[in-house]
Amino acid sequence: MKAIFSLLMVLALVVIATVGAGAAQMHTIFAYCIPRTAFIIFMVGFVCKIISWAKRPVPFRIPTTGGQQQSLPWIKQNKWDNPSTGPQTFIRMALEVLTFRSLFRNTKTVMRHDDGQNPVVGYVSAKWLWLFAIMFHYGFLTVVVRHMRLFLQPVPAPIEFLDWADGILQILAPTIYISDMLLIGGATLLLLRRLCAPKIRYISLVNDYFPLFLILGVACSGAYMRYVAKVDIMGIKEVVMGLITLHYAVPAGIDTSFYVHVFLVSCLLVYIPFSKLMHMGGVFLSPTRNMPNDTRINHYVNPWNNPAIKPHSYAAYEDEFREHMLEAGLPLEKTPEQKA
Amino acid sequence: MAKIMKPDELIKSINYTPPAENWLDLPNDLSPGRWAYPAKKNKVEYLMNELPGIFANPRDWSPGDVDWKLPSDWKEIVVNGFRERLDKYRSLKVFMDVCVRCGACADKCHFFIGSGDPRNMPVLRAELMRSVYRGEFTLAGKILGKLTGARVLEEDVLKEWFLYFYQCTECRRCSLFCPYGIDTAEVTMMARELLHLVGVNINWILEPVSNCTRTGNHLGIQPHAFKDIVDFMLDDIETVTGKRVKCPLNEKGHEILFITPSGDVFADPGIYTFMGYLILFDAIGLDFTMSTYASEGGNFGLFTNADVMKALNGKMYAEANRLGCKWILGGECGHMWRVVNQYMDTMNGDLQGPQMKTPVSPITGTVFDNAKATKMVHIAEFTADLIKHGKLKLDKSRNADINATFHDSCNPARAMGLLDEPRYVLKNVVDNFHEMPDNTIREQTFCCAGGSGLNTDEIMEIRMRGGLPRGNALRYVQQKYGVNTMACVCAIDRATLVPLADYWAPGVKITGLHELVGNALILDGEGERTMNLRQEPLPGMEEE
Amino acid sequence: MKLYNGGKIITGLVIFLCVFLAPFAYNAGKAAYSQPKVQLPKDEKECIESKEYMRTNHMKLLNQWRDWALRDGKRVYVNSKGKSFEISLQNTCMKCHPNKAEFCDKCHNDAAVSPYCWDCHYQPDGGLKK
Repeated sequence: MKAIFSLLMVLALVVIATVGAGAAQMHTIFAYCIPRTAFIIFMVGFVCKIISWAKRPVPFRIPTTGGQQQSLPWIKQNKWDNPSTGPQTFIRMALEVLTFRSLFRNTKTVMRHDDGQNPVVGYVSAKWLWLFAIMFHYGFLTVVVRHMRLFLQPVPAPIEFLDWADGILQILAPTIYISDMLLIGGATLLLLRRLCAPKIRYISLVNDYFPLFLILGVACSGAYMRYVAKVDIMGIKEVVMGLITLHYAVPAGIDTSFYVHVFLVSCLLVYIPFSKLMHMGGVFLSPTRNMPNDTRINHYVNPWNNPAIKPHSYAAYEDEFREHMLEAGLPLEKTPEQKA
Repeated sequence: MAKIMKPDELIKSINYTPPAENWLDLPNDLSPGRWAYPAKKNKVEYLMNELPGIFANPRDWSPGDVDWKLPSDWKEIVVNGFRERLDKYRSLKVFMDVCVRCGACADKCHFFIGSGDPRNMPVLRAELMRSVYRGEFTLAGKILGKLTGARVLEEDVLKEWFLYFYQCTECRRCSLFCPYGIDTAEVTMMARELLHLVGVNINWILEPVSNCTRTGNHLGIQPHAFKDIVDFMLDDIETVTGKRVKCPLNEKGHEILFITPSGDVFADPGIYTFMGYLILFDAIGLDFTMSTYASEGGNFGLFTNADVMKALNGKMYAEANRLGCKWILGGECGHMWRVVNQYMDTMNGDLQGPQMKTPVSPITGTVFDNAKATKMVHIAEFTADLIKHGKLKLDKSRNADINATFHDSCNPARAMGLLDEPRYVLKNVVDNFHEMPDNTIREQTFCCAGGSGLNTDEIMEIRMRGGLPRGNALRYVQQKYGVNTMACVCAIDRATLVPLADYWAPGVKITGLHELVGNALILDGEGERTMNLRQEPLPGMEEE
Repeated sequence: MKLYNGGKIITGLVIFLCVFLAPFAYNAGKAAYSQPKVQLPKDEKECIESKEYMRTNHMKLLNQWRDWALRDGKRVYVNSKGKSFEISLQNTCMKCHPNKAEFCDKCHNDAAVSPYCWDCHYQPDGGLKK
């Protein structure tokens, strides 16, 4: 139900673009006005969201420690999972962001009910989520970087190289991109996982299905342009360069699929700052990952620490129990006589 | 304690496939046994006076009643409190915003593994709050409502919070597996703070908090009674070792203040661990004192409220200053060490007197640089250092009847990283040691299911369900290697693992690490030992 | 407005902005982009198919020609108007478009396309790409 609703929303977006740019021929709006506005919303929204997080203090150092602490010199510290210095924390974060290290730990709980036997709860390795996520994210990244061939003139050598390497399979003409397969494959597998795994299906919301369908829409419209419609790439480069250099001109004869693609990308850009897709910025700000486990070593300041909060004082304690303490022979600050 | 089903029946009742209806539509099961008793009226009143602004609404009530007697403006109080905490804690704000519901955490929680209740998946536990966050604070949530998993705060939602944020032991296992490090413990802490604002609370937390404030320890033991108990244990040590050891109380002028959870002082089997500490201190001639005023290591504020945590924790430095101690040695305790490691110096570092110095072991000269800010050393670190330097005379054969495994407590494992020190000590005092399976130890350890204030008997079924992963792993090594003892470094473990082992792995006994040290340690001038600290015959000393 | 860990976060945001605004800076001050002018044959007005078809589908056609000629031995192509051509890169295509640099490379460079025609074929006048 939530998945169907999300799919219909994405299809509605496709229809809007098809009608608007195809039937109604509003090329300037779809080629320039909408993407430009979307890009501005994305940039401003993204920065505002990060700033809104930055305005919140981090009162305590609460890293989740994933290994042996820094301790006695002869005990080997697990520096990447339990860092105690800035550089070690940097490595932990780099591994988290670049290799999805926490996800790589994933296990699956299985329970066997053997008749008459002892039931066993087991934890088996489950790296599928990690694999799908890696496929999807690196596929997506490569696709985005590769698109720079349309945004830069002359095309820098690294982008040219990336395009060549991505098409190295030399299958089909134009050659199929590995990143396209990773992106579409990864997103599809993540979607299937959401739909088929009962627990994941149970926790999924429209907020989860919609971006997946939207990204699949972006990827599929892009693939359609390249492999099926075989759009006029030089005309498209002229449009895109117009966006970048602020010279607006729309050459005739560009396939409607281009406008659909651009419209979906625009929707994605607008959606990012207001959604869970902000995890791309949030992962850097998670206090359980980006802080060293060093508060026993170095003083850390809580900006809203309230010095007025004091422990129940010893004086009040002794006042309450003085007689008993005296009787039990415990040392006193003030004898009952002194107190009186 | 209500009678609970047998282990195999309990296991058969678990179904990991979620129900058909949306979790937002699931009813709250508030039948007896599903919740811990609410706080007594006089305890809340005492705390409102001691620590203003944190607790409220003292009354006689029961979660089983339809009317919880909430204040008329309860919703406003909770929503405002929520907003305030979103502004005070980046963690809460980021965790509310970035979850992608990938489900990596879903089957990592011991309460989910033992119950199959979907609201015990960490992701949904956080969604209990996140749904209100969307419904009350975001535009999309206000417009689109349930489709985006948003809802407004209603009394049933508050009841649901009470049910499920008191089925979280803040063990942080989910956080380890989360790709963004979302820590349900953090969410649970916030939810509990909000519930306290409208007087929704449990007695097993607030009575200890009030006792810790007033008498210095969670059991409410008054100073003279504390001394009696310690004297009684000194007698027992004399019976076992033939030697009278010392335990100074509230004495000024000693180098080290020793603080351990009060569970060690009074509850079996913690008392044997306590005896182990005293034997160790005698063996090395440590210049220490204990305090009746700061006689609780465990910090019940950790799972109550940050300000309460600060107030309770502050006693440690206050007492070290009053007694003129240079540094503090901390006993075996879980929550205590989360607080000492991650909060203590930040909260109360400014209370440290000038006499406090970076801890140095007076026996080996080792400088504990890793504690130079807090001035507080864990006894497992301290003892490991002693053994490494050959300062202890140990006779492992006294523990020859023990086939041990080691339970990592959640907090020392995932909020500190104290993993190899206790193992090093353990392997030096027992010959037979076997680890439980890899995915159940060290940073992936499973909770005893009684932490964060849930160590109470009226919710025994919930505890036994949550104890399934630990119990099952224990049963596994019991059958495979003949393990008969599980050692741990946590006072709550020593209290909760006993019924857990009786239920899931009958025949395994629970010990503290230093109980085994105390047994193996040879004291100068001791008599021939024929029994262990539990006054059971040592191996080879059994009467015919 | 007080930011916490402001230095690190602002640094991160600056990197973010730099990455996303880099294309604007890269092209700043340059004249409007227009599609490259390729050198067209002087004496031939029509290609084997229409100009529009060739613009978007030449790679597919070349791929088919290779398969037909080398794998199937078919050497004659009949176009949509019924006219026949010899299937040959050297003898048909390059008869009118002898200069790779002035024809093929013009668009391929701008679109960062690296066709693998010249892995096997002799490079015509105009030398190596670029």
